[in-house]
Amino acid sequence: MTWGLVLGLSVGAYFFKVLGLVILGQRNMPPALERCLALIPAAVIAALIAKDTLTVGQELAIDARVAGVAAATLAAWRRLPVIAVIVIGATVTALLRQIT
Amino acid sequence: MDLNSLLEPPRRGVLTTSVTLGFAVGVFALLFGVGAVAAGASTGQACAMSLLAFTGASQFSAVAVIASGGSVASALGGALLLAARNGVFGLTMSKTITGSLATRLVAAQLTLDESTAMASSQDQPELRRLAFWATGLSVYVFWNLGTLIGALAGSAIEPTKYGLDAAIPSAFVAMLWPHLRSTNGRRAAAIGAILCLATTPFLPIGLPILVAATAIFIGVPTPIATASDDAPAVSA
Repeated sequence: MTWGLVLGLSVGAYFFKVLGLVILGQRNMPPALERCLALIPAAVIAALIAKDTLTVGQELAIDARVAGVAAATLAAWRRLPVIAVIVIGATVTALLRQIT
Repeated sequence: MDLNSLLEPPRRGVLTTSVTLGFAVGVFALLFGVGAVAAGASTGQACAMSLLAFTGASQFSAVAVIASGGSVASALGGALLLAARNGVFGLTMSKTITGSLATRLVAAQLTLDESTAMASSQDQPELRRLAFWATGLSVYVFWNLGTLIGALAGSAIEPTKYGLDAAIPSAFVAMLWPHLRSTNGRRAAAIGAILCLATTPFLPIGLPILVAATAIFIGVPTPIATASDDAPAVSA
């Protein structure tokens, strides 16, 4: 972790916020572009879940995390509060590591 | 708006939800603080990132890339792609947040999933504004408190012992959920996850996340999702 990353992300993140709220304001964007940008969280967060659950470094791996995240997915599907989703994911993973 | 009017039903409901939401987000921040320190950040760096960048998923993403040995450039690239959606939220909120340039520059920092979602769920302009500011400020306070506590406790916490390494993708699952309500959201998520896993063995750490982001281009030809369909919902 470096200060360059901290400041780069800070400046970049604020740039996007100001770009949307203050600079572009009420201007209309091409609908196709808006549709694409709206999909960024879905695509990137799903990729992060896949990475954090199924990879170690550059290798694919299946371990206790898979069961934990599967349980968390079930919890999210049952509309449990976010805190419950997190605790269930962590607890199932930790328990599985205890017994294996 | 005087103090008494804040305690009456519609506004009180907005304020109560704002605080609850802020508290829930604070738990994410705790994880962020722990994760950032585990990835080699100092307490000051973790807190500065939360105070200045203040964009949850991007911060997690940057830390996750660094923790798995990725370069600063790939950490920054992935995090900024995630941060780009705040620009879209800003566009959404620009109809609600009017006023002086200074006001809008402060509001910009508070533009994020939760404040936008809370504001867009209100039907009156006045309640929209209140929901935006109350949620934005509440999340800001809890996010930074959580980061500080997590960063200080971080060195004392062994991530795998309590399954905290699984807690982060579990948190992401909860954050992803509202985006799966639209057809395009589900497609982008599936393609993004597959692209990431398929390229992981062949690309430097961090890059698969950027490759996964190209899944957003399925949004070009298929206007299946409507604006309301894609509206971000409360993610915490």
